[in-house]
Amino acid sequence: MSPNLRRRSFLLGLGGALALGGSRMALAAGPPGEKRLVVVLLRGAMDGLSAVPAYGDPAFAALRGPLALPEPGQEGGVLDLGGRFGMHPSLARLHALYAANQALVLHAIAGPWRSRSHFEAQDLLESGATQRLPDGWLNRALSAMPPEPPGAARRGLAAGLDVPLLLRGPVRVGSFAARARNRPDTETLALLARWHAADPQLGPAFAEGLRARGFSAEALAGQAPPPRGVNGFLVLAESVGRLLADPRGPRVAAMELDGWDTHAAQAQRLGNTLRVLDEGLDALRAGLGPAWSQTAVLVMTEFGRTARINGTQGTDHGTAGAAFVLGGAVRGGRVLTDWPGLGPGRLFENRDLAATMDLRRVAKGLLADHLGLGAGALARAFPESGDAPPLPDLVDRSA
Amino acid sequence: MTLLAAHAAVRFGLGARPDMPAPADPAAWLTAQIATLPELPGPGLGEIQAALRAQRRDIRHPGVGDILRTESTAWATRMITARRPFAERWANFWTNHLTVSRRAFQTAAWLGHYQRTAIRPHAFGRFEELLLAAYRHPAMLSYLDQTNSTGPRSVMGRRGRGLNENLARECLELHTVTPAGRYAQRDVTALARLLTGWSAGRGEQFREEDGFLFRAEAHEPGPKQLLGRDFPEGEEGGAEALRFLANHPATYRALAAKLARHFVADAPPRASVTWIEDALRNSRGDLSVVARALLAEPEAQRPLRKVRSAQDFAIAVLRALGFGAEAAPVLLATLTRLNQSLWNAPAPDGWSDEAAEWAAPEQLMRRLDWADELAGRTTAGGGADPGALADTFLGALARGDTLAVMQRAGSARDAIVVLLASPEAQRR
Repeated sequence: MSPNLRRRSFLLGLGGALALGGSRMALAAGPPGEKRLVVVLLRGAMDGLSAVPAYGDPAFAALRGPLALPEPGQEGGVLDLGGRFGMHPSLARLHALYAANQALVLHAIAGPWRSRSHFEAQDLLESGATQRLPDGWLNRALSAMPPEPPGAARRGLAAGLDVPLLLRGPVRVGSFAARARNRPDTETLALLARWHAADPQLGPAFAEGLRARGFSAEALAGQAPPPRGVNGFLVLAESVGRLLADPRGPRVAAMELDGWDTHAAQAQRLGNTLRVLDEGLDALRAGLGPAWSQTAVLVMTEFGRTARINGTQGTDHGTAGAAFVLGGAVRGGRVLTDWPGLGPGRLFENRDLAATMDLRRVAKGLLADHLGLGAGALARAFPESGDAPPLPDLVDRSA
Repeated sequence: MTLLAAHAAVRFGLGARPDMPAPADPAAWLTAQIATLPELPGPGLGEIQAALRAQRRDIRHPGVGDILRTESTAWATRMITARRPFAERWANFWTNHLTVSRRAFQTAAWLGHYQRTAIRPHAFGRFEELLLAAYRHPAMLSYLDQTNSTGPRSVMGRRGRGLNENLARECLELHTVTPAGRYAQRDVTALARLLTGWSAGRGEQFREEDGFLFRAEAHEPGPKQLLGRDFPEGEEGGAEALRFLANHPATYRALAAKLARHFVADAPPRASVTWIEDALRNSRGDLSVVARALLAEPEAQRPLRKVRSAQDFAIAVLRALGFGAEAAPVLLATLTRLNQSLWNAPAPDGWSDEAAEWAAPEQLMRRLDWADELAGRTTAGGGADPGALADTFLGALARGDTLAVMQRAGSARDAIVVLLASPEAQRR
């Protein structure tokens, strides 16, 4: 982006960090190696401007049209983050954590890539490099940590049936899958049902199969909630929390949640997915119990979405978006951003929120200050990232 | 991949592989596969007999299980990696026509050997040779209770043993003339008498190289009349009867209908059946001639008319994803999960070849689940290319809708699920 762009930097918060900090720090003190890090991958590109609307930006309402929610305090309005930014109302629990200084928001953030391909960007997001690598940055970070004591669980835990690229690599990790499932997502099921319906032999069978699994035609159309227990993310997150809370359990976990690729009818679909995320993060917190105070959770996605809405009430693949860091160990209650603005000439390639912060800085900041990785280990986790130094002060280092 | 190549791969083959380039001339590629299948290595008769003896002494002995595992793994590997997929499909078709299921006691150890030595060598030969090879094999003799069938007037019969009609009945009903051949109970009995003495060797008696043993002391003496024709006493009488049945016009018609059902449509046009029936009759049951005729049958060129069986679906998916021998256990486990466990047909009529069987609610849901898990496993390492997979898996048979949704799917995994669970992926 153009270097002479006039930017306004600001730090927003509710100002409660110092008041609450003391008690949290007291709780957080524990033996070394007690720190927990959870990375949640939002696959499909979360629309950062919907999750964290910049309602205070003068250009926001015009760009977002019907996707712009009412301002804080109004019926169905966004939840305020201290002026200028708000949180989507489906993220009520996350907002409460923010208010308790246990969650912070990063905005106008992106990885160093400018690919708008989900597949390439996700691979880079997980590789932690500017080119695809066969292993992930979180695994390379694990290799810098001392091996788990005999009899304890592996330090790394992949939540789900598969080990994501993020956690693949030389260090062996555990994996855990809860029985509940939420894949493929309701929208994909609805699409497949529609396609099958055109086939006189397959159509009735497919519809009946879905019905037997609790998906009525209304649920598939998004007009009724999907069947209970389909929020596998919630079940999984709660279980991961419990596993991490175990004194001999894992310390680093990766989870993923999809359903973010909202090219059409975004308002309804994104609201549902955000609620699943919100409930899941809260379940993770509940599962962790007292260990929450030792925990930092990084929630990130491969890129943001277009600043303008498209012709089908959705958004297309973009560049910068939002990320969250939450946990008892996090210095929350802040929106960290070097806001590039949404006005004329401010958008990247005249379509996307411009990136003013490198996502790797957040990951490196957590690895350094939360897990205590040194400079050499950081460089191995994120090769050729000298231009993205660790972002300081994300967590309480004294904790 | 062109429409013709894609159709050849899914209708006649087992699905394309990324490491096998699409044929420039699909028709020639298919025809070139019509040649005697190579002999395959595997556990021999001695080994199988020893395992069965060990199992009789101790039911927990692992010998039979080991042989079944070796054979099914070899089969699964062959399906995933086959470079003559039409020939393999052809052999599977005839294995299913002459079904032996391991649901019956004591057939498990024989099944791999049965397909390797009785079916495959004759799959492109004369149908009568195929039928005889199957009926002389211990797997079939044991599955359809032939081994102890005894002529009432034979030496053994006079000591109180008797006929078992099972093989004779299924021969007429399923393997040859079918009820359209208008046989009566007396024909079933006659064929059962003709086949008395056809048995499998055991212990010291086991000497013949194919495991067959003719027990003269159990054979019903005297000539027998089957469908109005006389057949002599002795082992040769049974063989002559089988050759007669194999070349009966009703058999040709039944085989033609079954082939058309597999390769053309669930309810094939009358002309398709006649086309294949003519090839059978004119070649006197030469299955290589029949295969050639079938490949040229005009109605067989219309794509995606058949719903894939679970086996077809699972094999095609694993092939398209480029898996090799390492995926053999995955294929076998998936077949069980999709209710088509290998060599385990519920009844002697084998696995159904009709949409009504496979376009079933839970079947489709389980395919969807499996596709999703597999997509997750495939993409977890990064670098998966859904577009290339779509071209291998469906080529020009992929619908524009499917490709468009794949393009804008939120993850490689979702793109692959959409592909593998699309309606066209369930067809061939």
